[in-house]
Amino acid sequence: MATIPTTASGIAAAIASKQITAREVIDSYLAQITARETDIHAFNLVTADAARAHADAIDADIAAGRPIGPLAGVPIAIKDNLCTHGVETTCSSKILEGWKPPYDATVVSRLRDAGAIMVGKTNLDEFAMGSSTENSAFGPTRNPLDTSRVPGGSSGGSAAAVAAGFAPVSLGSDTGGSIRQPAAMCGVVGVKPTYGLVSRYGLCAYASSLDQVGPFATTVADAALITEAIAGHDAMDSTSIPQPAPALVASVSQGVAGMRIGRVTDLPAGAEPEVIARLNEAFAALEAAGATIVDITLPSLSYALTAYYLIAPAEASSNLARYDGVRYGLRVNAVDTNSMYGATRAAGFGDEVKRRIMLGTYALSAGYYDAYYGKALKVRRLIAEDFERAYAQVDVILTPTSPVVAFPFGDKVDDPMAMYLCDIYTIPTNLAGHPAMSVPFGTGAHGMPVGIQVLAPALGEAPMFRVGGALENAAGGAK
Amino acid sequence: MTQDPLSSIIATSEQMLEGGWELIVGLEVHVELATKTKLFSGSPNHFGDEPNTNIDPVTLGLPGALPVLNKQAVELAMRIGVALNCSIQPCIFHRKNYFYPDMPKAYQISQYDIPLNIDGFLVLPSGTRIGVERAHLEEDTGKSTHVGGATGRIHGSDYSLIDFNRAGVPLVEIVSRPDIRTSEHAKEYVAELRAILEVIGASDAKMEEGSMRVDANVSVHKPGTMFGTRCEIKNVNSIRALGRAIDYEARRQIDVLDSGGTIRQETRHWDDAEGRTHTLRVKEDADDYRYFPEPDLVPLAPSAEWVQAVRDNLPMLPAARRTALSALTGYDTQSEAVIVVVERGQHDYVQAVVDAGGDAVRALIYVQQGFADAGPVPAVPAADLAKLTVLERDAKLSATQAKTVLAELVEHGGGDAAAIAAAKGFEAMDTSAVEAMVDEAIAADPGAWAKYMAGDEKASGAIVGRVMKASQGKADGKIVTAIMQSRRG
Repeated sequence: MATIPTTASGIAAAIASKQITAREVIDSYLAQITARETDIHAFNLVTADAARAHADAIDADIAAGRPIGPLAGVPIAIKDNLCTHGVETTCSSKILEGWKPPYDATVVSRLRDAGAIMVGKTNLDEFAMGSSTENSAFGPTRNPLDTSRVPGGSSGGSAAAVAAGFAPVSLGSDTGGSIRQPAAMCGVVGVKPTYGLVSRYGLCAYASSLDQVGPFATTVADAALITEAIAGHDAMDSTSIPQPAPALVASVSQGVAGMRIGRVTDLPAGAEPEVIARLNEAFAALEAAGATIVDITLPSLSYALTAYYLIAPAEASSNLARYDGVRYGLRVNAVDTNSMYGATRAAGFGDEVKRRIMLGTYALSAGYYDAYYGKALKVRRLIAEDFERAYAQVDVILTPTSPVVAFPFGDKVDDPMAMYLCDIYTIPTNLAGHPAMSVPFGTGAHGMPVGIQVLAPALGEAPMFRVGGALENAAGGAK
Repeated sequence: MTQDPLSSIIATSEQMLEGGWELIVGLEVHVELATKTKLFSGSPNHFGDEPNTNIDPVTLGLPGALPVLNKQAVELAMRIGVALNCSIQPCIFHRKNYFYPDMPKAYQISQYDIPLNIDGFLVLPSGTRIGVERAHLEEDTGKSTHVGGATGRIHGSDYSLIDFNRAGVPLVEIVSRPDIRTSEHAKEYVAELRAILEVIGASDAKMEEGSMRVDANVSVHKPGTMFGTRCEIKNVNSIRALGRAIDYEARRQIDVLDSGGTIRQETRHWDDAEGRTHTLRVKEDADDYRYFPEPDLVPLAPSAEWVQAVRDNLPMLPAARRTALSALTGYDTQSEAVIVVVERGQHDYVQAVVDAGGDAVRALIYVQQGFADAGPVPAVPAADLAKLTVLERDAKLSATQAKTVLAELVEHGGGDAAAIAAAKGFEAMDTSAVEAMVDEAIAADPGAWAKYMAGDEKASGAIVGRVMKASQGKADGKIVTAIMQSRRG
C-alpha cells in the first residue's frame, strides 16, 4: 500500500489517480481515531461504518469509470452544530441529545457532492459558546499537543481532530473566533470566511449576524480548497452573498511582493510576550518576502469585546428559545406548559448557555434596549468604519490570533471575563463581517503553538490566502 | 394604535352615544395572503389539509433552518398597500419573542417600527374616510387544539394537539387609525376591506375560516377630552359579531365610568353566544416581546419599478366599481343593489348583460336578486339574461313571470328566455283583460279601495295582490298600478 498523503489535496489526487483507494485512506484515519480518540475526545460521534460504506462507493465509482467529485475520498470531520441528515446533531448540549436532523446543512451536502467522507461529528462548547471546549455537556476535548491543556474553542473538537490526524480537514463555525482561536491553540490553519460567503443553512444558530462556517486544515492550501468547496450563493440563506465561490487555492502560492500589511499600533494589550515576539517575526518575514508594513490604528477595537457580549447573547437568547421541549430534543414533563419550558431548559442547558441567554434577554428588554443592544450596534458600526479607513491604506492586517497559548484545564472556567478575553483579537472581524484566518507560526510559552491572524476586508479571501501562504512558508514551509 | 390627545374626527350628534359619550374604535385586521407557499418556506399555504402535512424544517423551526422571503407575499402585501392608499417604503423584519407551543421558533417574524405600508386610508361606501396607520407582513402561528378542561383553552386542558400547517402562512396586519365612531362604521370598514382584498386577489378574507381576523380597540370619552383607556376585543368571528361586540363593550365601559369606576387597559374575549366580553388578560401581564431586527433576513426595498407595476396592474377597486355601476344603471352608489353586486364581484357581468343589449336596471336587479350564490361569473350567459330583461322591459312578460323565467335560467345555467316563457304559457295579458280583473278586485275588497281612494298608497297592495292571484301572475304589476291610478283619477 502506498503511503497515505497527509493533505486533502494530496489524498484527492492519489485516489483520483488510483494510487490508493478511498477505503485505504479512510481505514488509515479510522485507525488513528481508534488509537488516540480516548485520550483526545475530539468527537461526539464517529461515523465509522457510514464512512467505510461511503469510501467503498467512491472506489466502486472509480473502478467503474464513473465521474467523481474533486474531494472524492477526503475524510472530513464536521462540527456537531452542523445538521447531518439522519445523523445525531447535538451542539454538545443535553437539550438536543439524540436529535437526528431530517436534512443536511448546505455545507455538508456540498462536501458530500464533492466526494468528501464524513468521519464524525466533533465536540464543541455547548452551542458554540466558549473558548476552551470545556463547556461541552459531553466532556471536554483535550489538546493533542499536550493533553493537560485545552484545545481552545468553541470548535475545539474540529481543531483537535485535524491536529491529532483524525482527518486532514474539518469544518467549524466561528462567531467570535471559534475557528481561529482553537486553530492557533492546536497548531493548525483555521479560516473564518466573509459573512455571507458560506451558507449558514443547517448551522444551528448561536448569533445569526456573526456566525460563519469555515475549515480547519494542516496547510493553507487545503484550507483554501475546502473554503472553495463550501462557498458560493445558497438560496436557502437570505444573507448569502449572491456570487459563485471564488477561486482561492491559486492565491496561496502567489507571494506577497508589493502587498501592504497593516500593523495595529493601538492593539489592545494583554498578549503573552512570546505571542508578540512571533507577531514581530511574522512582520519581518513578510517584509523580507517583499511586502510593505504600514502602521494603522483601530481605535474602536477596545470596545469590540463589550459590544460582542451584548449582540451575541441577545441573538442567542432568541435563537435558543426554540429549545422548548415541544417538538424535539429533551422534554422534562411538568404540571403545565410554562413549568415544562422551565424544567426542560433548566435541565437541558449548561451554565454558560444560561448565562448568555439571561444576558441577552436583559439586553433586549424594554427600557434597556437602547442602553445595551442599541449602543452595541453603534459600536459595531464604528468598528466597521475603523476597518474601512484602515483598508484604504493596507491590503490585510496582521494580529495575534489569541493573546495566550493553550492553557491548562480549569484555568479560566471560574472566570468568564478571563475566558472571554481569549477572543479579544478575533471578535472584531466577526462584528465587521470580514474574513480572517489563523496560521501557525512557531511556539510560545510551554512550547505550545502560536497562531498569527490575517484579517482582510469583505470578500478579501484571495489576498488573505496570499499572506497566509507566505506566513506558512516563513514558519517552516508547507507540511 | 396611537392615542391622539384629541380626536380629529368628531362624531356627529346622531353618532354620539347616550349621555354625551363618544365611541372611539380602531381596528386591527389580520388577513392570510392567498399565496401558493408560506412566507418563509416552500411548503404549501393551503387551508384544510391533514394536520402537519404542509411542514418543513423552516416551518417547524428546526435548528439551523433559515427563512427566505416569499416574493409573491411581498407583491400581495404591496397590492394591499396600494389599494389602501399607503406609502410603500423600504422596510425590515423584526423578531417578536414569546413562548407559545404553536409558535415553533418561540419568536414570530414580523415588522415593527419600519413596516412595508404606512399612512393610508380607506373611504367607506357611506363616504367617511378612515385612516390606515400601517399594513405590515408577518407570519402566522400554528393552531392548537386543547383537549379536556372546561374552557377549551390551554389552561386546565388535559393535553393539546398542534397543527403546524398554518405556521408560517403569510399575514398582513392592517391597523386602522382610531377614526371609527360607530359600530356601523366598523362593520362597513371590515366589509369594504374584505371586498377590496377579494378584488385585488390578496386574500379570500373569510372571517369564518380565520383567513380574516378582526380585533377591535374600543374606548369611550367625552368629546374635547383625552381618549379613554381602551380595551382590545378578540374572538370576533363575523361582521355582525363585530357590531354587537363594540356596542356591548361601549355600554360596559360607559356603565363603569358612569358609576364612578375606571377602565383597565386589557384584552377582552367576545363570547358570541353570551353576547358579552370577558377579561382575557390585563396589560400588566403583557409580554415584553424584546423586538430586535431579524438577523436572518436582509432589508426589503421594493424597487420603484416594482411598486409602479403593482400600481398599474391593480384591478378596479370596489369604490370605482360602484361609481361605474351607478353610472350604468342610475342607481345610487350607496344603494343596496349596487353595493351588494360589487361586493360579489358581479359588476362586470351586469356590464356584459348591458353590452349584450340588455336593460341596465333590470340586469342589476336580476343579478342582485337571482345570483346571490353565483359568484363573480354566473353560469347564465350574459346574452340569455339580456333577452329576459328586454322581454320584461317591452311588457312581453310581467315582473312575476320574468322572475319565474329567471329561476329557470339560473337552474339550467342559461337558456332561451322567450322559449321558456312560451313553454310556461306566459304571454302578456292584454290591457282590457287586466282592467276587468282590477274592477273585480275592487268589487271584492271595497274597504281597501276606499282607503286607497282616500290616499293610503299602502292599501293598493291588497288590490294588486288580488289581480295577481286572479291572473296567476301574468298581469304586469306596473300596468295594474297604472289602471288603479287612472280609476282614482
